[in-house]
Amino acid sequence: MEKYVLQIEQLHLYAGSKHILKGISMNIPEHQIVALVGPSGCGKTMLLRSINRMHDLNPDIRIEGRILFKGKNVLDRHTDPVQLRRQIGMVFQKPNPFPKSIFKNVEYGLKINGMRHSAHIRDAVENSLKQSHLWDEVKEELDKSALELSGGQQQRLCLARAIAVAPEVILLDEPCSALDPISTAKVEETLLELKQLFTIVIVTHNLQQARRIADQTAFMYLGELVEYGPTVQMFEQPQQELTYNYLHGHFG
Amino acid sequence: MTRRRYFWNWFFEKSLALSALVSIATLMGIFLLLTLNSWKAFERIGLGEFFSLDAWNPAAFDAPSYGIASLLVGTFLTTVGATLLAAPLGVGMAFFLSEVGPSWLRNVLKPMVELMAAVPSVIMGFAGIVLVGPFLAQAFDLPNGLNALNGSILLAFMALPTIVSVSEDVVQAVPQAYKEASYALGANRWETLTQVTLPACYSGLLAAIMLGVGRAIGETMTVLMATGNATAMPSGFFSSVRTITATVAIEMGEVPTGTTHYYTLFACALVLFLITLLINYSAERVAARLRKRGQ
Repeated sequence: MEKYVLQIEQLHLYAGSKHILKGISMNIPEHQIVALVGPSGCGKTMLLRSINRMHDLNPDIRIEGRILFKGKNVLDRHTDPVQLRRQIGMVFQKPNPFPKSIFKNVEYGLKINGMRHSAHIRDAVENSLKQSHLWDEVKEELDKSALELSGGQQQRLCLARAIAVAPEVILLDEPCSALDPISTAKVEETLLELKQLFTIVIVTHNLQQARRIADQTAFMYLGELVEYGPTVQMFEQPQQELTYNYLHGHFG
Repeated sequence: MTRRRYFWNWFFEKSLALSALVSIATLMGIFLLLTLNSWKAFERIGLGEFFSLDAWNPAAFDAPSYGIASLLVGTFLTTVGATLLAAPLGVGMAFFLSEVGPSWLRNVLKPMVELMAAVPSVIMGFAGIVLVGPFLAQAFDLPNGLNALNGSILLAFMALPTIVSVSEDVVQAVPQAYKEASYALGANRWETLTQVTLPACYSGLLAAIMLGVGRAIGETMTVLMATGNATAMPSGFFSSVRTITATVAIEMGEVPTGTTHYYTLFACALVLFLITLLINYSAERVAARLRKRGQ
């Protein structure tokens, strides 16, 4: 039997009076890449941000249901979101490195997680930059401002920053939507390697991307999970007509 | 019809240019007025005497002396004191309003703080004489509380609206994406505030503080009423001081036109003008750099 890292059960999300997620239930297996696809406004990003409690920052949002992370409900009032986010990392749609040096961008997460020894920090920064395939491009200029990097490099830096703190799950919110195809290919290659170490949930608008890298694909439409299954099956023999029409570009 | 439209277009273009020109011409005019009159002072007493440690005693019958060092120190003391009080308080308040307190509190408090700027300076001076002065005298066991510290406290309150208002805008302008990135790494609120938000707005906060200081340094009535106006070289914050602004305000009305004393007051005003110009210009430069980076 597969081991599930995340189990989402009957998740409802309301923003003000709007009902955005309507009873989502899905299980996310360990060490796989799960893609969330669907047209704009279907709630993919909202679902993703529920998993690491990013909605805490927005008082208008109300969530019902459960999300179990290794058996514990992350939505429980007693779950500390700070602790949770150290185990569930996130990469955002628009690359958002801090206006600090490349080194300090990665160092920040390590330091707030209690790493003090500078040699350890140096090793960890190097490691995560290598894992995100950025090291060779920046190893000579780690003190340069991260804002001087290209968009693709910035996004790989954000990925390095997220994996440096050694989370168990990484959530990615359309990480390649602002990147060119070559940068996108680099990020995808990185993600395929990283799934040995982490479980990856990725929201994407790029169906080909889901097909290339995802083990499981979930298709969402108007706040509901229409279909969820192995990527190959989703693209080749979907159970629902709606899924077929979307994945074959009949609407979207 | 088209000719009429053409005329109005021409008319508005020129009248806008004219209004821009008026403000520039006024600034230049003030500068010229001050420089030309100061020139006569420097001719008569020399720059050396003006900036020397000699006492400010221009009305002495036998040997008048024109050293503004004690006045500069007086201005410096009150301004630096005001900055030391207002900067942490103002920036702290801005952070509280923007990042910590609930948004309804911000909507109430920020306009109130900005309204503080509307308190006339003579009322602040009044408060200095009847409230702050007696309090200082009692708290520090002084013969009276009209001293540099009193002026600093009042000026701090007067600089506060500018500092709070501009700082709060600066803090608000820090992209939400930085904060989200920090939270997503497992940072708590305090870590995000001190290590991500604060560093991202250093230069903007500096500009806010300098704009506040620029206001404090040129303030006249409040310090005139609250600092005691002794022209002797002050020895610290508990000394009575006389600022440059107060000196000009007190003496300009009574000095006989055309005397050395008269021209020296222009020189005092010129020094003040240059200091405030420098501060405001630097603040603008910092702010402009910030805007450019924001784009």
